Amino acid sequence: MSTDYKYVPEPALVKGDHSFGSITDLIAKTPLSPTPKLWYLAFGLANILLITLLGAIGYLVWDGTGIWGLNNPAGWGWAIINFVWWVGIGHAGTLISAILFLFRQGWRTAINRFAEAMTIFAVMCAGIFPAIHVGRIWVIYWVFPIPNSMAAWPNFSSPLLWDVFAVSTYFTVSLLFWYVGLIPDFATLRDKAKNKIAKISYGIASLGWTGSFRNWWNYEKAYMILAGLATPLVLSVHTIVSFDFAVSVIPGWHSTIFPPYFVAGAIYSGFAMVLTLMLIARKIYGLEDIMNIDIMEKMNLVMMITGNLVAFAYLMEGFIAWYSGYIYEQGIFWLYVVGPYAWGFWILMFCNVVTPQFLWFKKIRRNVAITFVISIIVNIGMWFERFMISVASLSTDFMPSAWDYYSPTFWDIITYVGTFGLFFTFFLLFLRFLPMVAIAEVKGVMPQADPHNYDEETNEFDIEKTKPVVVQQEQTV
Amino acid sequence: MDAENKQIYGVLAEFRNPKELVDAASSVKKSGYQDFDTYAPFPIHGMEKAMGLKKSPLGWIVLGGALTGMIGALALMIWVMGYEYPMNISGKPFINFPIYVPITFEITVLLAAFAATFGMLALNKLPRLYNPLFNVERFSKASDDGFFVHIEASDDLFSEEKVKKLFQDNGATHIETVYDSE
Repeated sequence: MSTDYKYVPEPALVKGDHSFGSITDLIAKTPLSPTPKLWYLAFGLANILLITLLGAIGYLVWDGTGIWGLNNPAGWGWAIINFVWWVGIGHAGTLISAILFLFRQGWRTAINRFAEAMTIFAVMCAGIFPAIHVGRIWVIYWVFPIPNSMAAWPNFSSPLLWDVFAVSTYFTVSLLFWYVGLIPDFATLRDKAKNKIAKISYGIASLGWTGSFRNWWNYEKAYMILAGLATPLVLSVHTIVSFDFAVSVIPGWHSTIFPPYFVAGAIYSGFAMVLTLMLIARKIYGLEDIMNIDIMEKMNLVMMITGNLVAFAYLMEGFIAWYSGYIYEQGIFWLYVVGPYAWGFWILMFCNVVTPQFLWFKKIRRNVAITFVISIIVNIGMWFERFMISVASLSTDFMPSAWDYYSPTFWDIITYVGTFGLFFTFFLLFLRFLPMVAIAEVKGVMPQADPHNYDEETNEFDIEKTKPVVVQQEQTV
Repeated sequence: MDAENKQIYGVLAEFRNPKELVDAASSVKKSGYQDFDTYAPFPIHGMEKAMGLKKSPLGWIVLGGALTGMIGALALMIWVMGYEYPMNISGKPFINFPIYVPITFEITVLLAAFAATFGMLALNKLPRLYNPLFNVERFSKASDDGFFVHIEASDDLFSEEKVKKLFQDNGATHIETVYDSE
């Protein structure tokens, strides 16, 4: 059998004929040019939603958690669902910026800045919910180990307290990681800005960065260490969020599959959110050369894999319910499928089990319109997953006499909708004033950045050098 | 500003691309200069060898942060749960290591991340309020698409003519003397 071997090059990460200078111009032009009218419109809408959120929180503080639809068995409703949903979305940003960095996935540079910004704003939205859920927000400082006049300390054995530490650490580390990544790009904007206020602001933010290699040397080390720290951190955060459920004894919650299943679900929904935002932004800001179809396809592959992991976890839940021989576990699984919230279960099955199967097809993975629709369906599905876990398990637990049906009130709904106002207010400010692609990192993965891709004699860039050396092997008899 | 009041800070040379920058850096190093640096819009592969840099000590700083976080978190929890404010929760032991794992881990990562970020800035002597290199107009290209080598006047071997000659021999496209205006 004879086979012809042919060198198939990896597709270029940056499409089009770009030099270092044109990459700078492409990305730096948005923060440095005048604000487009459409931006004001979007920002206004986001602000209206943000005010709605503040109003809803104000009324909650005034009147108490009774304004929500919580009832006697279901003490956790939309607030906890939204918390888990938003934290989960944040996970894609850290996965892209940290885990893919450790795996040397060059394509992450197109979307890492963008996804990290999304992480930070999503975690901000998430953090609101458990904070206001305590009811008496003016004593929220009780969750921190601060010496106080009551001589009381928090209970370190409570998963809810672990959550406080996990989410606040996650937020802080994501912010540090994001800022470290931004420093060289602030310097680029400082050097490109014509406007005096812009020049001074970016100048302060850049901390006097010059691009000195002695600085880059420490910087790269710091970046790698931060990626190494963020990798177990991101896995721990949703693990600890799942402990909020799994450490209790409620059927449907008390399960060892929860940590991996929550983490896979978080990455799944996070990638969907990055795709939703990216597909809009790349069109509006003309970044198709950087956030290109090849990158969309890779993201779709990650979504397909994590989606199927989540689907496998659903299957396992059913199997363990049967195999454990524990009637309450079997009962709750059966109640998911045909019980009072069965409509939620079947929406979930459609969104999270059926939808990712479309991504097996290359044509669909590379189709922008279908990917956009799938990304939205996935996020709806992941919201319903948390709905089923929180509400369905609580409202139909051990004693049928104690069961009650949960439904949200007006205030539940507008608080959730309002968090989109918070998210988009910050996200639009980010798109307007900060470089939405990591300029230095994109330049670093271009073939022109590697000194080995230059001709030894003429010192000119030589595209042939990027290809591996083919060694002709002699046939031995 | 008249030329008499200016003090020479060093000589800056621009090169065309990363390859020429690495070659120039290794020839500067071979000529025996110590106080020199290269500037590029992104970190260049292999530059540490050309410049003869040692490993960054940042890892040790981060280790310090991580250990502080780990020991601090464990000490706080053991003291609070075991001695200061013991609470009987379902008859579980007061000092109970498995339940300390999540918070210990989180605080370790938190302080390690602070050490990594601020340690990196400290090693790089940032934030820096004034840098004579910014007196050079062309230097703004260093964050865009320019590749520069700079030899400081503080170097023992420094002599303006010799340095300029060295840069010329390495094919610099632009050579300029940097003045410190203060």
